[in-house]
Amino acid sequence: MPDAVPALEARHISKTFGELEVLRDISLVVNPGDTISVLGPSGSGKSTMLRCLNFLETPDRGQVLLAGEPVGRRADGRLVSDKELAKSRARMGMVFQSFNLWPHFTVLQNVIEAPTKVLGLSKDEAVARAEGLLAKVGLADKRDVYPFALSGGQKQRVAIARALCMKPDVLLFDEPTSALDPELVGEVLAVMRDLAKEGMTMVVVTHEMGFARDVCDEVVFMDRGVVVEHAPPAEFFGNPKTERAQRFLSRYA
Amino acid sequence: MDWDLITNSILFNPAEWEIVLNEWPRFMRGFSNTLTLFAVSVVGAFLLGAVIVNLMASRNPSVRAAGRVYVDGMRMLPFLIFAYLLYYGLPSLGIRMSAWTAGLLGLILYHAAYVAEILRGAWSQLPAGQTEAARAMGFHGPQLFLRIVLPQLVLGSAPILGNQLIYMLKDTAFLMIITVQDLTYAANSVQSMYFVPLQPFIVAIGLYWISTLAIEGLVFLVGRFARKRGLGRA
Ligand SMILES: Nc1ncnc2c1ncn2[C@@H]1O[C@H](COP(=O)(O)OP(=O)(O)O)[C@@H](O)[C@H]1O
Ligand SMILES: [Mg+2]
Repeated sequence: MPDAVPALEARHISKTFGELEVLRDISLVVNPGDTISVLGPSGSGKSTMLRCLNFLETPDRGQVLLAGEPVGRRADGRLVSDKELAKSRARMGMVFQSFNLWPHFTVLQNVIEAPTKVLGLSKDEAVARAEGLLAKVGLADKRDVYPFALSGGQKQRVAIARALCMKPDVLLFDEPTSALDPELVGEVLAVMRDLAKEGMTMVVVTHEMGFARDVCDEVVFMDRGVVVEHAPPAEFFGNPKTERAQRFLSRYA
Repeated sequence: MDWDLITNSILFNPAEWEIVLNEWPRFMRGFSNTLTLFAVSVVGAFLLGAVIVNLMASRNPSVRAAGRVYVDGMRMLPFLIFAYLLYYGLPSLGIRMSAWTAGLLGLILYHAAYVAEILRGAWSQLPAGQTEAARAMGFHGPQLFLRIVLPQLVLGSAPILGNQLIYMLKDTAFLMIITVQDLTYAANSVQSMYFVPLQPFIVAIGLYWISTLAIEGLVFLVGRFARKRGLGRA
């Protein structure tokens, strides 16, 4: 659908931390229903790029558009209010490497917290939604448990349910399986695979080459703050054009 | 030491205890005033402390500095002098308050600084991901603080906050010098009316002690609440 408005778009994003130029002129188009994986060596700016998409980091230059509407900055370049930014963020879910469940809430409370408090959903409605999602990620029986009693894989599945309960337009994942014991990676990837199949729009920073190859519609390869390659997975894995990508693949894939 | 003198004539002198018993309503009025001062100043200091810790966490450096100056300024001041200044010093600047107003204001302003510092310490231990996850879902401002941050700060610092409550309870006793009629004031007036130097203060100590036990009970309950969530120290 070449004419459809992208679900999420980054245009010419740059970001420096002090002297360090972390992102240089990054552009990215995520079409509705697509799953994009972002690959690249550690320190290449993947997390920073992802965090610029929902303005957890404020890009120095460039624009982010969510369904065509600017996020974080007005067209004249001025930052929007916290309240307005929060509205955009509520439409983008984010799943972190370190889960970041809220420990003082039960699993169910974690999942309904933002839908009730941010979106203003009624408690009944939010609980119904949450129970459905917990069942979907295989954790219906854990609804009244506190996060500390869960395994890493279970925590991450709750975090995914928590993000989904907002009915976001886009889901952002930052290395969702990197903090997990190897035997727990599969259960989280399985949930993400299902989401991709259902047509969820996702941007996934990952080192899981199998996931990138089999599930994603496009691969974005970053190195030292720039997008080096941008291709369908078959092309990227089968025939990487740049030497940097070849070197990366020989190390990780 | 003459133990007979101690046991017979002072501690167990029935006539002197009778005086204290006869003055029991006075003790109860004083105790009830102490508890009122305590309760109001706990709530006030906690609310103000929560505001100040947000100043100290502000993105704006001058707001941060203002919070820091307030907290450090209060903490270097002896409470007694602060209470004295509010009640006896401010009138010379044309600001006059009742003893109760000055006392409550003093307790709140003073202990809010300590509460803020305790909360700030707990906040520095809170992983950044906790607020990032909340922001990413659309939380911002007071709601983010009240729902996600503050509960974790309180659960994480319950024993130190409880300790601060005990200081607040004991600092109410200083208000006697600005004529607030608290428990210590009651004990002191019974002592000076009847020249029984010991028993009234034993009663006062007993009542402070019971209140302290109640505070420690509360801390225990909060600690259990926290441990059930894997928070706080064992
Ligand atoms: N908040 C920050 N302050 C300073 N430097 C940072 C910050 N966040 C990331 N960096 C630096 O930016 C570079 C890119 O980091 P990051 O985006 O986390 O890379 P990746 O996710 O690809 O490993 C790294 O050199 C990192 O040290
Ligand atoms: Mg990263």
